[in-house]
Amino acid sequence: TEPVPSSRRATMAELRRARHVVVVGGGMVAHRLVEALRQRDTGTSHRITVFAEEPRLPYDRVALTSYFSGRDPQDLSLGDPDLWNDPAVNLRKGVQVTAIDTTAKTVTTARGEQVAYDELVLATGSSAFIPPVKNNDAQGCFVYRTIDDVAALRVYVERLKSEGKQVNGVVVGGGLLGLEAAGALRALGAATKVVEFAPRLMPLQVDEGGGSALARLIEGLDVDVLTATQCQRVKLTSQGAARAMAVADGPDLPADVVVFATGVRPRDDLGRAAGLQLGERGGVVVDEACRTSVPGVWAIGEVACIEGRVWGLIAPGYTMAEIVADRLLGGEATFPGADTSTKLKLLGVDVASFGDAFGATEGALDIVYADPVAGVYKKLVLSDDARTLLGGILVGDASAYSGLRPMVGRELGADPAAFLLPEGAAPVQLELPDDAPVCSCNNVSAGTIRCAVRDEGCADVKSVCGRTKAGSSCGSCLPIVKNLVNAELTKAGVEVSKALCEHFTLSRAELFDVVRVTGLRTFSEIVERHGSGRGCDICKPVVGSILASLDPAGHVLEGERAALQDTNDHVMANLQKDGTYSVVPRIPGGEITPDGLITIGEVARDFGLYTKITGGQRVDLFGARIEQLPAIWKRLVDAGFESGHAYGKALRTVKSCVGSTWCRYGVQDSVGMAIALELRYRGLRSPHKLKLGVSGCARECAEARGKDVGVIATEKGWNLYVGGNGGMTPRHAELLASDLTDEELFRAVDRFLMYYIRTGDRLQRTSVWIRELEGGLDHVRDVVLNDSLGIAADLDAAMALHVDSYVDEWQATLNDPAKLARFVSFVNAPDQPDADLRYVVERNQP
Amino acid sequence: MSVIAVGSTTVCAYDVLLPERGAAALLGDVQIALFRTHAGEVFAIGNQDPFSGANVMSRGIVGSRGEVPTVASPMFKQVFDLRTGVCLDDPEVVLPVYPVEVIEGQVVVAALSDGLARADGSARADGLARTR
Repeated sequence: TEPVPSSRRATMAELRRARHVVVVGGGMVAHRLVEALRQRDTGTSHRITVFAEEPRLPYDRVALTSYFSGRDPQDLSLGDPDLWNDPAVNLRKGVQVTAIDTTAKTVTTARGEQVAYDELVLATGSSAFIPPVKNNDAQGCFVYRTIDDVAALRVYVERLKSEGKQVNGVVVGGGLLGLEAAGALRALGAATKVVEFAPRLMPLQVDEGGGSALARLIEGLDVDVLTATQCQRVKLTSQGAARAMAVADGPDLPADVVVFATGVRPRDDLGRAAGLQLGERGGVVVDEACRTSVPGVWAIGEVACIEGRVWGLIAPGYTMAEIVADRLLGGEATFPGADTSTKLKLLGVDVASFGDAFGATEGALDIVYADPVAGVYKKLVLSDDARTLLGGILVGDASAYSGLRPMVGRELGADPAAFLLPEGAAPVQLELPDDAPVCSCNNVSAGTIRCAVRDEGCADVKSVCGRTKAGSSCGSCLPIVKNLVNAELTKAGVEVSKALCEHFTLSRAELFDVVRVTGLRTFSEIVERHGSGRGCDICKPVVGSILASLDPAGHVLEGERAALQDTNDHVMANLQKDGTYSVVPRIPGGEITPDGLITIGEVARDFGLYTKITGGQRVDLFGARIEQLPAIWKRLVDAGFESGHAYGKALRTVKSCVGSTWCRYGVQDSVGMAIALELRYRGLRSPHKLKLGVSGCARECAEARGKDVGVIATEKGWNLYVGGNGGMTPRHAELLASDLTDEELFRAVDRFLMYYIRTGDRLQRTSVWIRELEGGLDHVRDVVLNDSLGIAADLDAAMALHVDSYVDEWQATLNDPAKLARFVSFVNAPDQPDADLRYVVERNQP
Repeated sequence: MSVIAVGSTTVCAYDVLLPERGAAALLGDVQIALFRTHAGEVFAIGNQDPFSGANVMSRGIVGSRGEVPTVASPMFKQVFDLRTGVCLDDPEVVLPVYPVEVIEGQVVVAALSDGLARADGSARADGLARTR
């Protein structure tokens, strides 16, 4: 990725001259305002103070539910955290503003400070609206708005569960937020009911047909749905905690937990007290430039009442933030109207709604495709001549959303019905006009993306997103960004090639399939039939890896296969900068006997090797010359050690904490599991190196979520996380499955790894592989747990073959004089050391 | 490469060389890298990788680029023309090449590199990449 050039840091003199912008509120919209202002205000004419009530950086409230899928609150962070280190930006976390004086131009904080402003921006957002249901503040009643709300809900449900109760949850409200909350409750293991007052779910986004399709899909996921139902009273236990929900016309619903998700109300108290004009139904009234009724005071986001309405969506809020940034710098931006398009995955169900979804335009025509069996409902709203797209609703399959939404208000230019057919039935190619919005979160048009490719040298999706910010918020537009980028590259004559190298036009995954299906097992046959030339340092190791996966019994140095290996695999050690190698014996799970340690120490001492503990809980011995490797390994193998494959694109280590054997907190035997996993997957070749970790409890001392496969013990078994890594772009692994037994865990990891090995690109870590797979983690979960591709038996068999045919490749080498003959310094002076290698002792080591 | 310089060295049997895999050899104090291609040709170039200074060229992956037989340095993967020693990724960098012939099943290498390569190759034998 091309780094986005960071703006020059402001000098003290500039800061003293700068106008002071005070932002009240530290949510997503405030973040966007600060980001936009700092980006464009190159001369630092403004400095900014943000008062955030929550004691944390602004975070992605839209993704709040992911807090339950095992993600860190940190993963919800927005944009580049460096923004808050900018000397022109002062973020006051955990500080509430209690009053505004628009005459004196000051704000007063809860701590009694008075802070003067030149420009004041209200971005106080909204608060959850709690309907007048009796006992709505009892213990066990929650709202769903902030990280703290969500954390409190989680703690409460987990406490009830730990008391051995089956937890019943009722979500009041069947809108967007309510379904999010239902997903969260269900993820926590509560029996979940959604109660909606309107006659259908998501009444603001979908019509009756969409609502009933949605209800069917959600009920299929064990979430009960009650529509047209009014909640009346929370019934309490003798201790005063929620026990049941009484509804009009029906029996009580058991409810140990109640979540109110019935909409939000603008937090306009400050504006009201300061005498700002308010809307009829609340909100600080602003004009098309986001100015309030008092000069020098602006309002943006969910607190602002613009064009007579308050918008509870992120896209209009971002638009308002951009407008104020522009206006403060002397621009003329005005509000173009709110884009209310929504695309969500609720409980795994796709829902999208865009444009005039209800056909409110005069003469509007509907085209509807409904398949109750497949659980799909799609509707397009067209102009009276059936040519111009006005809006639409997609439930169950929203794959057409990213292509259709930018076409709102434009002629479709194709048979509208073609857009509604099941996925893959009729691929429709749309040529988006340059001014068509692609990313509505960040207001990026098709033209901007084309320009980034054409004129700014961006050559892939990642760099385009980095430069334009497209797709960096909700990500729903990424498929269309990818299409635009590829189309533009093709136009520019840049071939968008998946080709491995000049010798193979196939990608690694395609080549894998070819080799698997054809049964070819030598490079010469493969390159002759499916490639050209004699290969190179790119394709040869790839073929070597593919053959290792498909024919695991074959040795890396067997026959022609030897010529495919990079030097590391060829000598089964890691090349260092001077041409010597490092040696890493396998220490499964990091468990080692005193005798084992002594052997390693003696070998290092006797061969003069520099010794270092690795991050993967083993020992690395550096400075071995090629001709020394067999003697070193003879000693190690005799003592029971095996190759650690530190040199391979292969399983490296399974790191573990000490677990329940010793630890006061451990709930499972993490070392035992780590050893079992390491012995199962040792020697497994893959597109890139593979690291695993096992932690014995949620404290996660093995840092398993920094691994490709992370296993964390629970009271009931193991949680499985996938797609983590350290390195240059660290990623936390994400939850794939919970509470697995040992056997379920092995099976899931078997399939995950084998699926990755078959479809991963060359040198693609699991994190990137998952991200670039169509459908991402959900798709992987479907393949691994539900066998959605029907290949599970095949993956299982492939892994069984690997496990059964494993032999230590160093031991096999030591037993074969022909293989040992390679380990010479010079073919005509086999034992003569390379004269250029000499070491000096430093810190008591060579 | 039909002319073998005086003082040529028999290094090893041809069969010792594995197809598309290199071997290091000594010509006196000079380290060379021998390669046998898939087609059966034998090439000899300097063993010192000019980019890292390590004596590792013999451990690179042998292949082709277009019609050119190549070896990739195992250190940082620059690709060299086995026939001329020229680095295809950075043509300013050239490895010494040595005349080599297979005579009665034995690989015979001239003790000194040929004229062109010696002119700058011998100057480079102890040093790092030097550009022309």
